[in-house]
Amino acid sequence: MSSVKQATATGADTRLQSHRHLSDRAIQNIFIWPTLILLIAFNVFPLFYSLYLGFTDYSAIARQAPVWVGFENFRSILNDEQLWEYFATTGRYAVASVGLQTLLGFGLAMLVREKFKGSGVITTLILVPMMISPVVVGLFWKLMYNPTFGYFNYLLGFTNPATAPDWLGSRWGGQAVPGLALWAVVIVDVWMWSPFVMLLVLSGLNAIPEYLYEAAVIDRASSWFQFWRITLPQVAPLLLIAILFRTIEAFKSFDLVMGMTGGGPGTQTELIAVNLYRQAFLGQWRTGRSSALAYIILIIIIAVSNLYIKYLNQMRGEG
Amino acid sequence: MATIELRQVEKRFGDLQAVKPMDLTIHDGEFVVLLGPSGCGKTTTLRMISGLETVTGGTILLDGRNVTWLHPSERDIAFVFQFFALYPHMTVRQNIAFPLQAQGESHEAIEKRVDEVVELLEIGHLLDMRPGKLSGGDQQRVALARALVRRPAAFLMDEPLGALDADFRETMRAEIKRLHIVQNATTVYVTHDQVEAMAMADRIVVMSEAEIQQVGTPAEVYHKPANLFVARFIGSPGMNLVRGHYADGVVHMPGADNHYSVPPDWRRVLDETFGGEGEVIVGFRPEAAIVSDEGTLAGQVYASDLHGAYTMLHVNMNEHDIIHIRSDRLVLHPIGTPVRFDINPEMVRFFDPRTEKAISREVGQ
Ligand SMILES: Nc1ncnc2c1ncn2[C@@H]1O[C@H](COP(=O)(O)OP(=O)(O)O)[C@@H](O)[C@H]1O
Ligand SMILES: [Mg+2]
Repeated sequence: MSSVKQATATGADTRLQSHRHLSDRAIQNIFIWPTLILLIAFNVFPLFYSLYLGFTDYSAIARQAPVWVGFENFRSILNDEQLWEYFATTGRYAVASVGLQTLLGFGLAMLVREKFKGSGVITTLILVPMMISPVVVGLFWKLMYNPTFGYFNYLLGFTNPATAPDWLGSRWGGQAVPGLALWAVVIVDVWMWSPFVMLLVLSGLNAIPEYLYEAAVIDRASSWFQFWRITLPQVAPLLLIAILFRTIEAFKSFDLVMGMTGGGPGTQTELIAVNLYRQAFLGQWRTGRSSALAYIILIIIIAVSNLYIKYLNQMRGEG
Repeated sequence: MATIELRQVEKRFGDLQAVKPMDLTIHDGEFVVLLGPSGCGKTTTLRMISGLETVTGGTILLDGRNVTWLHPSERDIAFVFQFFALYPHMTVRQNIAFPLQAQGESHEAIEKRVDEVVELLEIGHLLDMRPGKLSGGDQQRVALARALVRRPAAFLMDEPLGALDADFRETMRAEIKRLHIVQNATTVYVTHDQVEAMAMADRIVVMSEAEIQQVGTPAEVYHKPANLFVARFIGSPGMNLVRGHYADGVVHMPGADNHYSVPPDWRRVLDETFGGEGEVIVGFRPEAAIVSDEGTLAGQVYASDLHGAYTMLHVNMNEHDIIHIRSDRLVLHPIGTPVRFDINPEMVRFFDPRTEKAISREVGQ
């Protein structure tokens, strides 16, 4: 018996020894450096290089080195009323889209929280839109919205293409309805991302201990009162995180809109990120100016996020 | 203030009978303690009274009104939960005000009432804190305040001191008792701690195995346990229970000449019960044994613990029975020495081993 033990012990020893020429530190380096190099090459360097480009006059397709122009790009962007228009469009889009997602996501979470037969399957089905690639979603909804054969109008009860709304064209019965296309994009974004809000809210709801509701029932609180005084405050932190994520995403919204409208008709759905893409690549190739614009968008997003985070921390601090 | 009446109330969880059909009347202003080991159905009983749990049979009356199928909020009963169940995201003040706000009372009325309760419980310094920051005792005070604030008809408390440190329990026990005296509200209090039950109750309901074993004042359940379970469960240590053979007014216990002469007033009852002779269990509290050299019963000191005011002797009567005797702390009984004692005839009890029930001295039993 003891000989067996000895044999396994020596076996383990030799195995250990065969690795011993690699110190812990060496192993750490093997794992860390490749990651670090990738990060620097593809994240850190572009980040700082684009910041530098923001202060230059430069086009990626011109055979010319960047020319330092100071704050000129920033000044010209901030004075460009057209761009402010796009910012405003983005703002409207973000408010409508995030607002509706929050309401719908919350409502869905409240529904799905009730355990009923098939609630698991329904939860999974609700999550499907979120898992589809935005470009695919865009193309798919383009078909849905098609005024002649699209399914969406049919579902709404319009059977005559002549009197039905042309969502992506912002027209209805031959009349121009400005804003319709933006709403069409909002609807798709809500369709796609309400499940995300639902998921976060649901995990918040499930974390509320049952005894709080028992205590509330004993305290003779109505369902309505329980919702406002217990459910909502208890899920508020997670709800706020969901809103924060969605707000950031809304400001960066690009692929969905690009796939559906390309910013049109006219500039009705020209979100700032779409315009950024246009300036940076499509025919214009204004690399310097678009880098500056990218940084301005980044600063706005950071500012908005900070507001949320401050509010969130305030809520946490009280809790 | 309210009278609570349970008629054949029972609860099943699937195949599990958590509470067997139970009859119980709790009078107006009474402090009743449900006492029993863990899992015997105390919490379930309390939750059925509150309406948090529906009954699977029977009727619950509150002041004569049938509330069996009413929602908890329609019963006007407050519940103090075992682990407080305070609202973590609200301050202490908001927690206490919650029941009043839920009823839509005016701001001034709420303020006034909260201040009253806060003063009663002396928690004014905690008002702006959140429950998470409070000690267990303070959380319990807040939970009590939240229960009191609405002036409910009755209070239900589920092991309210169970989550507190031992040395703090006594303080809170006194506090709850004082509140009861001040408010004089009908209270049903659940505990598994018999010391707590004895100290607080007007009446104790001893439960075991989903059934009521006995209902009585602390003195009654202590001195006149209805059955062997109550005799063992109440008191620390519980009642001494020695089995013997009864014949002709004498109980013959195992062990050298332990022949116990039954007090004359018990003789006829035992004769009747056993039809002359039979197996019987003699029960007596540790303080009912009187140590004396002339004692008719004998044993050997097995161990003794000093309790300050008295000494608890553990005495080996025979190979089965170690009994406990409360003796004078000044008389020494070294381990292994023989000891003789008598049983105070007023305090002796008899149990029928066939039914495990106490034999009653009352005629016709
Ligand atoms: N919701 C429930 N579902 C199933 N069984 C339960 C439930 N609540 C309590 N029980 C069972 O009922 C019995 C009595 O429980 P309980 O009333 O909590 O006892 P106690 O409060 O006296 O410790 C236990 O066996 C317990 O496991
Ligand atoms: Mg319990």
